[in-house]
Amino acid sequence: MSFRPELPTRTRLIKTLKQTVRILVMLATTFLGLLVITFLIGRVVPIDPVLAVVGDKASPQVYENARIAMGLNLPLWKQFLIYIGNVVTGDFGTSVLTANPVIDDILRVFPATFELAVTATVIGIVLGIPLGILSAVKQGSFWDHVIRVIGLFGHSLPIFWLGLMGLMFFYVRLDLLPGPGRVDIFYEGIVTPVTGFLMIDSIVAGEWEIFRNAVYHLILPASLLGYYSMAYLLRMTRSFMIEQLGQEYILTARVKGVKEWKVIWGHALGNCAIPLITVIALSFGTLLEGSVLTETVFAWPGLGLYLTNSLLNADMNAVLGCTIVVGAIFLGVNLFSDFLYKVVDPRAR
Amino acid sequence: MRFRFDPLIFKQALKEKRVKKLFLFVFVLSLFVIQTAQASTPKDTLVMAFNIDEIISLDPAEILEFASAECAANAYDRMINYNVDNVSEIYPGIAESWETSDDGLTYTFKIRNGVTFASGNRLSADDVVFSLRRVVLLDKSPAFILTQFGFTPENVNKTITKVDDYTVKIIVDKAYAPSFFLYCLTSTAGSVVDKKEVMAHEKDGDLGYGWLKTGYAGSGPYKLRTWKASEIIILDANKNYWGDAPKLKRVIIRHIVGSASQRMLLEKGDIDMARNLTADDLKSLESNKDIKIQKRAKGRIYYLGLNQKNKYLKIPEVRQALKYLIDYKGMEQAFLRGKATLHQAFLPTGFLGALEETPFSLDIEKAKTLLKKVGLENGFSVAMDTRSAEPVNSMALSIQSTFAKAGIKLEIIPGDGKQTLTKYRARRHDIYIGDWGPDYMDPHTNADTFARNPDNSDDAKFKPLAWRNAWNIPEMTRKADAAVLERDTAKRAQMYLDLQREHQMVSPFIVMFQDIEVVAERANVKNFILGPSFDSNFYKYTTK
Repeated sequence: MSFRPELPTRTRLIKTLKQTVRILVMLATTFLGLLVITFLIGRVVPIDPVLAVVGDKASPQVYENARIAMGLNLPLWKQFLIYIGNVVTGDFGTSVLTANPVIDDILRVFPATFELAVTATVIGIVLGIPLGILSAVKQGSFWDHVIRVIGLFGHSLPIFWLGLMGLMFFYVRLDLLPGPGRVDIFYEGIVTPVTGFLMIDSIVAGEWEIFRNAVYHLILPASLLGYYSMAYLLRMTRSFMIEQLGQEYILTARVKGVKEWKVIWGHALGNCAIPLITVIALSFGTLLEGSVLTETVFAWPGLGLYLTNSLLNADMNAVLGCTIVVGAIFLGVNLFSDFLYKVVDPRAR
Repeated sequence: MRFRFDPLIFKQALKEKRVKKLFLFVFVLSLFVIQTAQASTPKDTLVMAFNIDEIISLDPAEILEFASAECAANAYDRMINYNVDNVSEIYPGIAESWETSDDGLTYTFKIRNGVTFASGNRLSADDVVFSLRRVVLLDKSPAFILTQFGFTPENVNKTITKVDDYTVKIIVDKAYAPSFFLYCLTSTAGSVVDKKEVMAHEKDGDLGYGWLKTGYAGSGPYKLRTWKASEIIILDANKNYWGDAPKLKRVIIRHIVGSASQRMLLEKGDIDMARNLTADDLKSLESNKDIKIQKRAKGRIYYLGLNQKNKYLKIPEVRQALKYLIDYKGMEQAFLRGKATLHQAFLPTGFLGALEETPFSLDIEKAKTLLKKVGLENGFSVAMDTRSAEPVNSMALSIQSTFAKAGIKLEIIPGDGKQTLTKYRARRHDIYIGDWGPDYMDPHTNADTFARNPDNSDDAKFKPLAWRNAWNIPEMTRKADAAVLERDTAKRAQMYLDLQREHQMVSPFIVMFQDIEVVAERANVKNFILGPSFDSNFYKYTTK
């Protein structure tokens, strides 16, 4: 039920239109800002981008040719304008390191990161929120302490160390889980990428053995990232819940004789939903950027590894391409959580 | 009897300790069952972990890095090859025989009849001429290996020519030592590509460059199936190969960065071979019976470059003193154990005329005396650009501590590899710690860069390592140039020995170690051929 007077249809249409334009302008300026900054950073880093193309031993003539071919002899503003012009027409340029169009590279590495991020976020939500609630409800108890220690570890242990320990334990010692990589090495390159998601591609190809293998390979890195995401979510859930449980409406509900589980899961958690959505969205967004350290330890060919490698070689087309993708992810995730607000919170409608 | 599930009984049973234990047992057991026997690598496939992020192209006209050179050595054929056990012996590849004219200017090669490319196309003199001209015309990084013989895009049509379908004639500009030219042809730049296949993919007159960067058009024992940059290379046996068929059907090269990860995979049998293990990891594998370790001295040398633009480093006594302030032996026995050996001349062991003398060792008193002579007994401060990678990092720390003993304060400036290199190439360093790998098996490859500097001005056309360190040496340049033209092998070797002796004493280069390539492999892997250079590491005899 809305208490606002109904607006005439035309006025409402204009309002929606205005809002859309505002969002679009915001998107465009954000992207432009992102590109300008990344572009400038790319030009001031003390790495010679031509070096990545021609190597250390090229003759000065070869070097000069490559420099001109890359447009580096032009003034900075001109280079930037050319780049923007290309981006607008959908051309992100070619990566120096892989010799592929940047967009192809990103499409190739992103699914690997996405598979990890989704699994990790699911693990984080499924474990983190109930544990956070438990810890808030039983505040000060033995279980609260245990859970808080789990959370603390997730906040303070370096992920590469935990990753190596995980491999050492579950792979080397116990033989329960496979080692680094998305599949066993000799399975690689057998499935032709259709979607890039190995889980889906292996099913499409009817390679069940590879599918099974890929699932096994996902368990450890996803659990690891899931653990970190869980640690974050449980801390946030705990503090949101403690705040809500101290409110008067909870007391009222209890006095009225509402069952305790309903008080907790319905009333209190319901009111935590909005900040929780933001937290989940942010954590998911971060995971989608790709975790460099996890991807290194697990030889996981994802976005994080690609971006780092490109950056260290001053492969600017690739870096800028990734920046746009990461920027788009964050804007997308934010817009999506805004949308979820409206679903969850009647006031935001 | 029918079984009826009673939740109450179930609940009670759970409370009993024995039942709890049983559940735990079943749970743990199920974990083991889920994971069926750990698969080892397939019998007909060689799987190796190798750091291949340096590969940016697989076009033989552009390859100059270690990993890509190795890949090309197994996927492409060259006209001639050198024997990996006796480098001075050159044996036929695609060329059956060859001869040099009396004036030393013309080389004639007879091409083998009956060779087909992986594509099925027949290999003839056309392909050889096309491949060599292509290197010159494309003018990518390795082009200098051929253009130093006077080939230019304008004259290749006259200098590299086809006589008939199976004869190729090449005319060089000076009467060089014949081995110099032949060795250059044994390098990756001498690979023969499939003209028809390459030209079918030509775009805007690029001679198929855009395509061959990631494509394949060779006749070697293995053919390229997949290359994903910084991820994986898959080679399949080439059914059309003209020589003895390769023993294994497939070779998989997986990019794994860390030594710890490589070791783990190897110990578990998920890979057959690890290529980038640190001395620590190698040591702990020594006692493992399932794994054996294969070594081969490689041409790469580790050195310090002292910039002659620095007011201290340009003093001869200071350069000399620094050579006595490095704990060569200590490093060799500690973190370089088994990975590098002491070497102090610019030609690596295994090359014609390589100098094996090692006159320098850690001698602080001597260094102090030398410094006192030029009034620097209280030392000075100097910086060293160091890339943050092993073993260079550990070397830098060791050098820092021994320099300090003579009062020299060494500031280590860490950076990524390309970052320190950018600075070095612009001559903006004080000291640079780095490594250098030869490009072909002839001594000129290193003499050219360590002992030649035709023009020391900032905008020089040719910028060898001597230029990067601003070392002006017209006299030594002349000596190096003379050595290239000496056609008597024994005399030529002597010239290089003399050159190195002088260089060792006066140069602003402190050559410290020669690299040893170490491969750790599963015990069942046999005949993985390690040559003196990465373009002579061969897979075709390997079995397991």
